[in-house]
Amino acid sequence: MMSDALMRENIAKPIIELRHLSKLYKMGNQEFYALNNFDLDIAHNDYLAITGQSGSGKSTLMNILGCLDYPTNGSYKLKSKDVAQLDETTLAGIRNLEIGFIFQSFNLLPRASALQNVMQPLIYRGIPIKERRIKAEQALIRVGLKERIDHLPNQMSGGQRQRVAIARALVTEPAILLADEPTGNLDSGTTMEIMALFDELHNDGQTLIIVTHEQDIAERCHRVIRLTDGCLVADSVNHEIEENYIEQQAEKEEKHV
Amino acid sequence: MSSFFFKIVESIRAAAHSVRAHGFRSFLTTLGIIIGVASVIAVVSVVQGLSSSITSQFDDMGTNVVNVNAFTPLKDRLQGKIAKLSYRDFLEIEYKVSGINHITPTVAATGPNGVVQYKGESTATRVIGTGSSYQALYGIFPEEGRFFNLSDDKSRRRVAVLGDSILDKLEIKGSAVGQYIMIGGEWFKVIGVLEKRGKLFGFDQDDFILLPYTTTRALMGGAEEPDISISLQVDDASQLESIKQHIKNLLRRNHNLSKDMSDDFKISTAEQMLDTVNSITSNTTMVLSGVVGISLLVGGIGIMNIMLVSVTERTREIGIQKALGATRVDILLQFLIEAVFLCLLGGLIGLLIGYGAGALVSNIIDLPSAEVPMWAVALSFGFSAGVGLLFGIIPAAKAANLDPIDALRYE
Repeated sequence: MMSDALMRENIAKPIIELRHLSKLYKMGNQEFYALNNFDLDIAHNDYLAITGQSGSGKSTLMNILGCLDYPTNGSYKLKSKDVAQLDETTLAGIRNLEIGFIFQSFNLLPRASALQNVMQPLIYRGIPIKERRIKAEQALIRVGLKERIDHLPNQMSGGQRQRVAIARALVTEPAILLADEPTGNLDSGTTMEIMALFDELHNDGQTLIIVTHEQDIAERCHRVIRLTDGCLVADSVNHEIEENYIEQQAEKEEKHV
Repeated sequence: MSSFFFKIVESIRAAAHSVRAHGFRSFLTTLGIIIGVASVIAVVSVVQGLSSSITSQFDDMGTNVVNVNAFTPLKDRLQGKIAKLSYRDFLEIEYKVSGINHITPTVAATGPNGVVQYKGESTATRVIGTGSSYQALYGIFPEEGRFFNLSDDKSRRRVAVLGDSILDKLEIKGSAVGQYIMIGGEWFKVIGVLEKRGKLFGFDQDDFILLPYTTTRALMGGAEEPDISISLQVDDASQLESIKQHIKNLLRRNHNLSKDMSDDFKISTAEQMLDTVNSITSNTTMVLSGVVGISLLVGGIGIMNIMLVSVTERTREIGIQKALGATRVDILLQFLIEAVFLCLLGGLIGLLIGYGAGALVSNIIDLPSAEVPMWAVALSFGFSAGVGLLFGIIPAAKAANLDPIDALRYE
C-alpha cells in the first residue's frame, strides 16, 4: 500500500513523459520521421485516445510507449524512469511489470486455454504456478469470464477473446493499459461491452491509452490526441465526460469518508 | 540461480504442453532418435549377452589351462597334408614337461561310434574320449553319479558319463546311473550325468557323451591313429610361457620340423581365446556404434528441421510472449528445452524398443538373457540430450532473436 503522500505525488507527476521524441525510418535511400520532435505527458488515471490516419505515427508511438521499440532521439520517462535507451532484456522486464497490451487481433496463444493465456505473463515474473492460477482466475472473474476459463481461444467469441486479452493485461497490475484498436475486430454490440469494461477499469484508477481511428471510441475517452505525419496536431479534453467523472469520483470519496 | 531453475521448470512445462499439442508430429520428429537409440540398445544388449555368455564358457575352464591342437597351414592343406597330434605326443609332454598339474588327451569318436542306443531308441551324438583330468580342466561336474577316475581309464572300463540332453534324446526314464547304453555296438554302463549347461546360438552344449580315453581308442580300433587334442593345466602361472615354449620345442622335434617350417600345431590358452573373443565383440560394438552415431546425427538434423519450421510457425506466439515480457533468454530456453525434451523422449522410447528388440533377438538365437549395461543407457540419454542441445540451439537462437514488433505483425 502506498502512503497518501506518495500517492498524491504519483498522481501529480505524469506517469509518462515524452520529450522531443523522434523515430526515423530508413527505407532504401528514403528517410522519414514516423514521429517528429514529439512531446506528450500522460497523467495517472488518464483515459487517453490516440487518433490519426493510418501512417500518422500512431502505431510507432504505441510501440515506443509499450517499450517494444526504441526512439531514435529524445527521452521517454515511464514513472520517472528513462526507458528510451535501455537494453532489450531490461525492456522486456518493464513490459512485463508496467505495461498491459491489448491488441486488435487479440493475440492469444492459440493452443493455451483462457486460464493459461492469462497466467502467461506471470511466468516471466517468476510467480509459482499455484499463485499464478489464483491471480489469473481473479482476473478472468473481473472481466466476467468465470465460466470460460478452460476454453481454448477458438472456442470463444471475439468479445470473449478480447476479454481474455484484457484479463491477461490486467493480471500483472500494470501502470498503463495499452490498447491498439481493441474493438477493431468486434461488432458494435460487443464494442460497447468492451468499452464499458474500459470505463469500469478507469473508474477503478487504471491508466488507459487507446489507439483508435473510430470517432465514437475516441469520444468516450476523457482526452483525445490527434497525430498527423508524426506530429501532435490536437490535444483536447472531453470536458463533459471529464467533469462527470470528477463529480463521480468526489461522490465516491464522500461515501468512503 | 533459483530464478534460472524456475525458468527451466517452466520451460519443461511449456515443452511438455507443446509436445502433447502436436502429438503425432512430435513422434515423427523424434523417430530418428528413437531408431538410433533403439539400435544402440538392441545391438549393445545382444553383443553384451553374447560376450558374457562366451566369457562364462571360459570361466568354467580352469585358469592356466593350455590347449594343444593340430594345425595345418593352408598351403599344406592344399597339398593334402593333414597335421595330427598323436598319443605319443601326449605321452612325451606328460613325462618330459615339468610343472604340469593336470593333463589329458581328448579324442572324438567318429562314424558308427557316434551312434548311441538305449531300449530301442537310437540317436547320434558327439562321443568324446578323454582322461579323468578333463573334469578338473574344464570345470564340469556330475549332477548325478560320478565322473570316471584314473582306474576306469587305466583298465578301459566301459563306463560313460552323459550330457544332460542325452537323457531326453534316449528317453531314459528315472535315474540313468546304473543303466546300460550301447555305443558302437558295445555296452556301456552309465556312471554319471553332467550338469546342464544350456544352449548357445542354438547349439546344444549338453549333447555329448564322455568315455575314458583308452576305452574310446579300443572302440575305434587300431587301423588309423586318430588326431587328438591335448589339454593341460600348469601349476604356476608365472611358468606358463616357459612351459609353452618347452611343449613347442618338444612337438617340433617329434614332428621332425626343420627350422624353416612353421608349426603344425597350435598352443592356445583360455586367456588368449578370451582376449580374441573380447576384441571381436569390442570391435563389433565400435563399428555398430559408428553406424548408430550416424543415425543419431540424421535424427538430430530432423529435429533441427522441425524446430526451425516450428519457430516460423510460432513467430506470432513468440511476438506475443515477448510483448508480455519474455526475455531473449526465456525464449531461447523454451525452444532449446523443447528440443532436448523431444530428444530425451525419443531416447526413452528408443530405450524401451531397443530393450525389447534385444531380448527378442537373444531369444531367437538362444543367447542367455540380454543385459543392457548402465553405461549404454547413460550414453544413449547423454547423446540424445546432446543432439537436442546441438541441433536445438540454432532454431532457439532464431526464435530468441526475433524482433517483437515484426513477430507480432507476422501472419
